[in-house]
Amino acid sequence: MDAKLMAEVELKTTPLNKAHRELGGKMVDFGGWDMPVQYTAGVIEEHMRTRTAAGLFDVSHMGEIWVEGVDAIAFVNGLTTNDATKLADGQAHYSALTNENGGVVDDLLVYRFGAEKLLLVVNAATTEKDWDWITSHTNNEAVTLTNASADYCQIAVQGPKALGILQQLTETPLDEIKYYWFTTGKVDGVESIISRTGYTGEDGFEVYANAEFAEQLWNKILDTGNFGEPDGILPAGLAARNTLRLESAMSLYGHELADDISPLEAGLGWITKLQKGDFIGRDALITQKEAGPSRKLVGFEMTDRGIARDGFDVYISDKKVGVVTSGSPAPFLKKNIGLAFLPPQFANIGQEIKIDIRGKHLAAVVVETPFYRRQK
Amino acid sequence: MANIPENLRYSKDHEWVLVSGDVASIGITDYAQSSLGDVVYVDLPRAGDKFGTHEAFGSVESVKAVSEIFTPVAGEVVEVNDGLNDTPEKVNNDPYGDAWFIKVKMENPGEADAMLSSEEYDEYLSSNA
Repeated sequence: MDAKLMAEVELKTTPLNKAHRELGGKMVDFGGWDMPVQYTAGVIEEHMRTRTAAGLFDVSHMGEIWVEGVDAIAFVNGLTTNDATKLADGQAHYSALTNENGGVVDDLLVYRFGAEKLLLVVNAATTEKDWDWITSHTNNEAVTLTNASADYCQIAVQGPKALGILQQLTETPLDEIKYYWFTTGKVDGVESIISRTGYTGEDGFEVYANAEFAEQLWNKILDTGNFGEPDGILPAGLAARNTLRLESAMSLYGHELADDISPLEAGLGWITKLQKGDFIGRDALITQKEAGPSRKLVGFEMTDRGIARDGFDVYISDKKVGVVTSGSPAPFLKKNIGLAFLPPQFANIGQEIKIDIRGKHLAAVVVETPFYRRQK
Repeated sequence: MANIPENLRYSKDHEWVLVSGDVASIGITDYAQSSLGDVVYVDLPRAGDKFGTHEAFGSVESVKAVSEIFTPVAGEVVEVNDGLNDTPEKVNNDPYGDAWFIKVKMENPGEADAMLSSEEYDEYLSSNA
């Protein structure tokens, strides 16, 4: 292979790449990033340990974009579906960037540091696209935009033991941080953003710090969480991250969300504040809401033996009616589950459907989501 | 390093064959199970089904992926390891032992001789995997 081709296929790495390899991470190309799909324990054990103890995830590939200036809140509010004016200092919310048609450019977290300072945390594979989208929609507002993605590492500690582990490394009282709130403080002496958020359906934290401290924080959290013990923390890869979020019925961009899928269709009406004032895509979303969306995202579980996978067709009475957006075995629930788009008349709990699994039409039933809800 | 027993024959699709008289036991290799990750589901044919050489006779699924399994030799299925339905994790834990998939009465008992030896399979893995 010549040097030019090599350069084109070179994958991006997080500051924890070496740590993943030392832990036996099985590395894969994830949207252009060289990331661990699993470590030596395997996806099932990594998934289960996150539900029962704690899992540690490298999410440094996510993008961080600062929006600063007098118009920061108004600017973000004009680009996103959730109401950024409702955020208090130290609070975060889930939101979506939408296009003129009401489709989702990306889903993201919006953190409010102050009236003139917001942080947008976006998906890894869409960071460049989002940056182009956001910067091309400035219109003389008093805002400064900074793509700080390369400056940060982001490490997620998730699971019932997450708080107890992280608390040993910081003087910040973690139990005072409510769900979807954050603070700044030192973790193992490293200046960090400590956010009570995650993508697993468990309690837990996401820690953002300068990339140069990534290995220190990663190793310290593993040590403090008794990595290696049967009930200790485990590093968990992308495969477990996916099955954990699927059991919790959280959307994954490129699957449940895309440029041609609206947040209303994807069940994200709760972050789509049509009354808040104008934002890109609002008119299209109002029209769609009045007419009723032509498809709805549902959860299903297989009743026949078989595993639905992303992209498989959904049938009712031998007629193709929809498509699976995410499908997988659910390690904790020990069922085969999935999310699918169906016409609204079929999107009811108890609806019997068939999934075309390599030519066999196997039975499944629409069920309530999330599939898994942690006991509080 | 993948475990590659010397007494077996191998296909480039990562199946192994153990020949005993005119019957061949078929499974997938240590390399294959390791690539798949945690196996959660195995779909196998029935005794009496007949397959030609290199026909898909079933599938094995991990949490992340599904992979078809092919017959390295032609013949009639004489025995199926139905126990794998309840314990698919055996494919990970004992790929060359408990986790054989099917036994086939070979149409042409010499066919397995043309498959890769353990050395050749090892070489194949080194150059292709």
